[in-house]
Amino acid sequence: MKSIIAALITFNIISMACATETVEPTAPPNSPNPAQNKAPTFLPPSEETLPDNAYGRLVQQGRAIFVDTKANASEFVGNGLNCTNCHLEQGRKADSAPLWGAYTMYPAYRKKNDKVNTYAERLQGCFQFSMNGKPPPADSQVIAALTAYSYWLATGAPTGQELPGRSYPEIPEPAGGFDLAKGKAIYAKQCSVCHGAEGEGQKAGSDYVFPPLWGKDSFNWGAGMHRINTAAGFIKSNMPLGKGGTLSSDEAWHVAAFMDSHERPKDPRMIAGSVEQTRLKFHANDGVNLYGQNVNGVVVGQGTE
Amino acid sequence: MEISRWALVCILSSASTTPAFAADAQKIFSQGGANPGAIACSTCHGADGLGMPSAGFPRLAGLPADYLTKQISDFRSGTRGNPIMQPVAQALSEDESKALAVMLAKMPSPAVKPVNRAHAAKGPGEILALRGAWDRNIPECVACHGPSGIGVGATFPPLSGQSAQYLKSQLNAWRQQTRKNDQDDLMGHIARSLTDTEVEAVSQYFADLSK
Repeated sequence: MKSIIAALITFNIISMACATETVEPTAPPNSPNPAQNKAPTFLPPSEETLPDNAYGRLVQQGRAIFVDTKANASEFVGNGLNCTNCHLEQGRKADSAPLWGAYTMYPAYRKKNDKVNTYAERLQGCFQFSMNGKPPPADSQVIAALTAYSYWLATGAPTGQELPGRSYPEIPEPAGGFDLAKGKAIYAKQCSVCHGAEGEGQKAGSDYVFPPLWGKDSFNWGAGMHRINTAAGFIKSNMPLGKGGTLSSDEAWHVAAFMDSHERPKDPRMIAGSVEQTRLKFHANDGVNLYGQNVNGVVVGQGTE
Repeated sequence: MEISRWALVCILSSASTTPAFAADAQKIFSQGGANPGAIACSTCHGADGLGMPSAGFPRLAGLPADYLTKQISDFRSGTRGNPIMQPVAQALSEDESKALAVMLAKMPSPAVKPVNRAHAAKGPGEILALRGAWDRNIPECVACHGPSGIGVGATFPPLSGQSAQYLKSQLNAWRQQTRKNDQDDLMGHIARSLTDTEVEAVSQYFADLSK
């Protein structure tokens, strides 16, 4: 019995040693994310410059909704996510779809709904799809506060110009296409420690700390993050948290595809309960995605409900 | 011959599964383990398992059992270095370590002031905790350690309910790489990017949340 335990301990030590070796060739500690150090990006104002007046308080309310969405905009949230899960650093971080890069680009035409969207409509889309909830009314306090927060973060940014670091970077697809098996292995090694073995996220008490990546509490099939190309850009720049830029582009694609191959809440635009009709109308020309595709013998897209 | 071999198998398998054989955690905690090197936990961690702040000995009470067993295992392997704790970990048997962890996890931990991410951040400790220092790729501490640093799962330990002395010693251990038992250097790279002032301030910040 003791020898078995000893063997197990030895095995653990060896596997730990191996794991340590494989992470060594990453960038030096001061610049773990070389992708982000390449060009100066827009710098949003610092928090202490916010005035203590009605405007400042509205901005602070927007920030509070942004970082703790469930607690501060609960009636519009239908899953376990917060805005800041995809827009890191409270919506400030370059290459993580910062608000300062979005605010100045609206109103804008969006293929997604084939019309010119106001910024309020863009925010509503986040709630409907990424938050799997209900769009707050355009004249609601939630939209007013989030708009004020975005406007403040974009202080000094030029209007109507695509700023470096806006949205998520486009990264090249692997030469041989993405590979779900490779993605699964990367996920198990680098992602599951935070997001759980089954993508279920992790809670402290009743609140999610690490967001669920698929399943009923994650973003729905209509969210932009269901596009593998979009998710790959986010992952490459930002994951693992605090160590963005350490995965290769191919690895980011593989693991993004693995994440986006799982069932999640249904697309709220679903047509007559038909995955195929919904796929043809909304997903066939929407980047690279697996909606309505056969994944390991099952057509995904029906939704978790 | 055949019979005696089966008898041996039965004895071994029952020893590993029957609770009657399990180590007496309370006794190990207050009097020490079977090996004299496994001194009583309470000697340094206190009779209530809440640690001894002035000496930097951490709270064990209420920490997740899987986190505690991993730390013992890491002290043994050396991925977490500590001159006092490493020989103790070596002297503890696997059964004793597991029994202790289960018991310690159930012991009461201090109340913690709830602070969510929306809270205004004042001073370098709170700013690091709630806003991070993303220009150095340092996420908000609470992004992994949970609101008020109460800890998340078996991997991300509570920061609140620990003393400033202990937290500071650990951040410095990560910086000096005497502690390197994290996955993919997730904590190590953060600690090495912190300034001395930040280490002091953030340790004090989380310690103060349970006062």
